[in-house]
Amino acid sequence: MTDPNDSLRALLAEKLRDAATAVTVDRLGQIQVDLARERMIAGFEIIRQDSQLAYGQFIDLSGVDYADYQDGASAHPRFGVVYQLLSLRHNRRLRVRVFATGEELPTVASVAGIWPVANWFEREAFDLFGIIFEGHPDLRRILTDYGFIGHPMRKDFPLNGRVEVLYDEAQQRVRYQPVTIENRVTVPRVVRHDHRYEHAGEED
Amino acid sequence: MAEIRNYTMNFGPQHPSAHGVLRLVMEMDGEVIQRVDPHIGLLHRGTEKLAESKPFNHSIGYMDRLDYVSMMCNEHAYVMAIEKLLGVEVPIRAQYIRVMFDEITRILNHLMWLGAHGLDIGAMTVFLYCFREREDLMDCYEAVSGTRMHATYYRPGGVYRDLPTAMPKYETSKWHNEKEVARLNAHREGSLLDFIEAFTDRFPGCVDDYETLLTENRIWKQRTVGIGVVSPERAEALGFTGPMLRGSGVEWDLRRKQPYEVYDELDFQIPVGVNGDCYDRYLVRVEEMRQANAIVRQCIRWLRDNPGPVMADDHKVTPPSREEMKDDMEALIHHFKLFTEGYSVPEGEVYAAVEAPKGEFGAYLVSDGANKPYRLKLRAPGFAHLAALDEMSRGHMLSDMVAIIGTQDIVFGEIDR
Repeated sequence: MTDPNDSLRALLAEKLRDAATAVTVDRLGQIQVDLARERMIAGFEIIRQDSQLAYGQFIDLSGVDYADYQDGASAHPRFGVVYQLLSLRHNRRLRVRVFATGEELPTVASVAGIWPVANWFEREAFDLFGIIFEGHPDLRRILTDYGFIGHPMRKDFPLNGRVEVLYDEAQQRVRYQPVTIENRVTVPRVVRHDHRYEHAGEED
Repeated sequence: MAEIRNYTMNFGPQHPSAHGVLRLVMEMDGEVIQRVDPHIGLLHRGTEKLAESKPFNHSIGYMDRLDYVSMMCNEHAYVMAIEKLLGVEVPIRAQYIRVMFDEITRILNHLMWLGAHGLDIGAMTVFLYCFREREDLMDCYEAVSGTRMHATYYRPGGVYRDLPTAMPKYETSKWHNEKEVARLNAHREGSLLDFIEAFTDRFPGCVDDYETLLTENRIWKQRTVGIGVVSPERAEALGFTGPMLRGSGVEWDLRRKQPYEVYDELDFQIPVGVNGDCYDRYLVRVEEMRQANAIVRQCIRWLRDNPGPVMADDHKVTPPSREEMKDDMEALIHHFKLFTEGYSVPEGEVYAAVEAPKGEFGAYLVSDGANKPYRLKLRAPGFAHLAALDEMSRGHMLSDMVAIIGTQDIVFGEIDR
């Protein structure tokens, strides 16, 4: 029996041969397409329009900061954007990843022209990661406070934040000041390479 | 003569019908909405950032607090993502319990939505009726988890404990005499399953009551028919899921199309709207309550006949029983390691989604092999729905804005995360 994922993978690789850098199926049977930054819009157009693909629904967009990935061992560019797409017609999901170019201002192209719903998701990724979406109609902050500085989901942004807000009795108004609490790590991050975890889940 | 211009109006963030902390900046032409700019984020708590700083299991409780009227469904998506990465099999009884509580949650959510939506556009009575039924379902939450809302009941590998064999009972006090307490305890003599079954017996009658109040109600129809119409094509492009998508006539339900847990073994119908207006979405959700009730009944029948484990027997991921832990050294070590360090999840990334009452609630989880998530992105259905508020409300009157917010079933816990 042929795996339906193999045929879809072959189909995607063929349709996206100009735009994709890799089409992979992971151990959980999820298909991922890595699109090249320069040709991503052409790639997304095909993914959306082609009748055999027809990924009409844009489910999610997630920025990822790979700075600390396996303690900095990853060779990718620092910022990636991961799109989750869904085809109602074929009942299939697809994960697409694009790496942002540019060190200071990580940039990818906006897909808000292809899926209108991407507008807010891109604003969110801009707000939380500082990823610039070129061609976005209205790239403003969305989740953080008015006048917020920094991009909180970046790995170098402290968990406590940088400012705290309080009511100043003397000045009779709310004001901001640098945080006074210290960051506390209650459970350290560990990666176990010993044999216990090699088959976790496969036993029993 | 004075020049007539559009003017800008602020709505919220603390308006009773803004469903929490929604702030809208509206451009109005007289009483007609020209443009809406929702300002969100007033309830942003950084759930995703917090999850990165804690072992996997510690964040389950945060999931309840996202969409705080459909608590267990949020846990479900998160827990399912972890299970997929770990490759843990969930025992069949736990799957039935999860499905049963997902559907109880769906009823809870839709009751809250119906009550609040009714209250927003002038039907006060429904709210009181809905909360009467919600109270019983909250008691079910309390019986299994000890809390009425933020349950933390689903765990990777199953559910935290089996269904209790006795329901907590009311006691007489200076506010409730014996006769009253006897009435309150009438359905609480047996197990939790008996209590839920008694609820499912009377619930269809309750839904009939709500429908009597609303479905043919002239005022209700005037406020909802033809308001916020979305075509099926637009609904897809705008990223609608759940009842918002089905109300527009697209037959799409993850429980049927991409079944998880035991949904493929259960018998239920998927209601679909025709016109894509607020009234159709109301009909869809009301019918969903009836279907959820039917699913709960099927689960009760199965659960009565099939005892068994509710947690996977893999102590790297799930805690050993208290009894074992007290007299077995290895179980004690497992217990200690699990509750301090947690477990390491193999490297990989996964997207897991459930059909939450509001739509597709998904969790995108990236693990780099550590005991904490590397990145957790939560896909909240309300976020995409609220993004479409501008398009849905253009050309409508100001008072219809409230109906559209109501029909979107907005909860800020999940939108702001």
